[in-house]
Amino acid sequence: MLAYTLFAGILFGLYFSLVGLGLNLVFGVMRIVNLAHGDFLMLGAYLAFWLYTLSEVNPVAVIPLAFALFVLIGLPLYYILVPRLLAANDPEMLSIILFFGLSQVIEALAGIVFGRSERSIPGGELGRALAGFVNLFPGAKMESGPVEIFGQTFPAAWVVAGLASLLAVLCLYVYLYRTRLGALTRAVMADREEALSTGIDTHRVSAIAFAIGIALAAIGGVFAPFMLGSITPAMGVEATVTSFAVIVIGSLGNPLGTVLGGIVYGVSYMLMQSYLSSWANLLPYLLLIAILLVRPSGLLGRQVRLA
Amino acid sequence: MFSARFLRDAALVVVPVVAIMAVLPSFYSNHLLLFNFVVFLTLAQGVNILYGFTGYLPFGYVGFFGAGAYGFSVAVLHLKAPPLAALVAAGAAACALGLVLAPLLRLSGAYFSIANLAASLAVLQIISNPNLEDITRGPYGISLSGVFNPTLAYGMALAVLAATLLFVAYLRSSNFGLALQAIRENLFSASMAGIDVVRARMIAWLACALVAGFTGGVFAWYVSVFFPETVFGAEFSIFAIVFALFGGTSTLLGPIVGVVILYGVYNVIGVSAPQYFQLIYGFLIMALVLFLPNGLTSLLQRRGIDVP
Repeated sequence: MLAYTLFAGILFGLYFSLVGLGLNLVFGVMRIVNLAHGDFLMLGAYLAFWLYTLSEVNPVAVIPLAFALFVLIGLPLYYILVPRLLAANDPEMLSIILFFGLSQVIEALAGIVFGRSERSIPGGELGRALAGFVNLFPGAKMESGPVEIFGQTFPAAWVVAGLASLLAVLCLYVYLYRTRLGALTRAVMADREEALSTGIDTHRVSAIAFAIGIALAAIGGVFAPFMLGSITPAMGVEATVTSFAVIVIGSLGNPLGTVLGGIVYGVSYMLMQSYLSSWANLLPYLLLIAILLVRPSGLLGRQVRLA
Repeated sequence: MFSARFLRDAALVVVPVVAIMAVLPSFYSNHLLLFNFVVFLTLAQGVNILYGFTGYLPFGYVGFFGAGAYGFSVAVLHLKAPPLAALVAAGAAACALGLVLAPLLRLSGAYFSIANLAASLAVLQIISNPNLEDITRGPYGISLSGVFNPTLAYGMALAVLAATLLFVAYLRSSNFGLALQAIRENLFSASMAGIDVVRARMIAWLACALVAGFTGGVFAWYVSVFFPETVFGAEFSIFAIVFALFGGTSTLLGPIVGVVILYGVYNVIGVSAPQYFQLIYGFLIMALVLFLPNGLTSLLQRRGIDVP
């Protein structure tokens, strides 16, 4: 029971780090709070749902499509909203309100277009994708269905979501630490003014980071029907709060911190579910407040955020 | 004893607003709507006390409102308290929550807002937990039909509104209000100038909590049947914040104008077509931040007019 809980917690934790990853990137680079993060996740979930319902596209195949589509949405959105915001008096505070407005717009549009009823995708789809992938290797043979790890069986959807999240984190890590644009992004993260004065086009770098952040949320959304329950236009708020809990537990601007935060969050969530289930919903909020008060820079952080 | 500015604010804004809200029920039959106007007029000023004078944006402001509503209900149901005494319990519950959450004031900017939002959701989760059914009725809601008295409740709501408006007028004209704004602009300079930063912030924070607590208590009394989601609904925080910002904070008139315009619009189109309302509302909020970040009153202030 304990081993099962811990391992399930790690799988969920990896997924939660994917959910928080984009928010962390946007906050780290622009110092703005994307309160509409969860709503982009919701849009990603609907993309997966409609592609599956209309033409039976496997959710795993939706991932690259979701990434490309939301990068294309994110770039113009950045230029419409953020430069004007950053020029204001108190951008960090105003960003909360601005993106709250955006989240209302997205939620309302989703409600009008998709309707308010709850949607879901059968969990077996991801298992089929996993089995198909494993069977590509010569000699490997795998049935689609629950996956057995260390003598425990887990729904294949959890394993696929966990692995895909790990892959996304690695990609972001490579982008930030092994490419030129990533180095520029980290420079903007460290000090926006100084980056500007050394000739970095901060708006271009930020726009790309913003678009990637939104696209990562959408990828998280593709797995949402399997990990977070059924999808509705109103699911965004909860996803945003969860993302905040995850990135605050980890630390800002550091993808590894987000993974740590996600795993701490996922494991404690699973432990609460198993042993204290009626209070499990309280966890993200309490964890968030506790970490903010005790160690406001996050578990791996150095910056200080005290007033 | 009172400064000229305080008297001018009181005469130009507080007295007319309270008088109008007091006589309107005789001319207009939808009393619930009028009551809701009073509630939001008060809550928007509560946000104004904190955001307008200290710069902290309480994104989970509804936590105090709900704590007040439940403080009132528990006092009525378990202690058999008369409604006016139960209102004191409502204020006390909100203040107690304010004290518990006081450490959040150590956080700055967005971190405070997010922690405050999380705190209000945590309080909702605790109160609506089925394990606490004996005390709070858990998720099944509260019924206070025994003390139902809308006329008196409306009167008390007006009293809370008047007190809140006078407090904001006081902040605008007193050294204490100046001290708070000095802290907002620069913490270290203010503290070098001899301002007790922690104490000043604490007073503003508890005042802001108290306003919402009393309003929540009056709300519980007026509606008398409600669920945890009713009195902890995020729209209370959001509406109060947006109304206050739309009109312009750290003025007395701004939040009032915000409530009259936006809550008026809400009642005209929001009730019949909530989805389109949410859409328009979202766009309105975004336009506000992008084009008029200091609120409607800043249009007058830019021309050198001292808005009350």
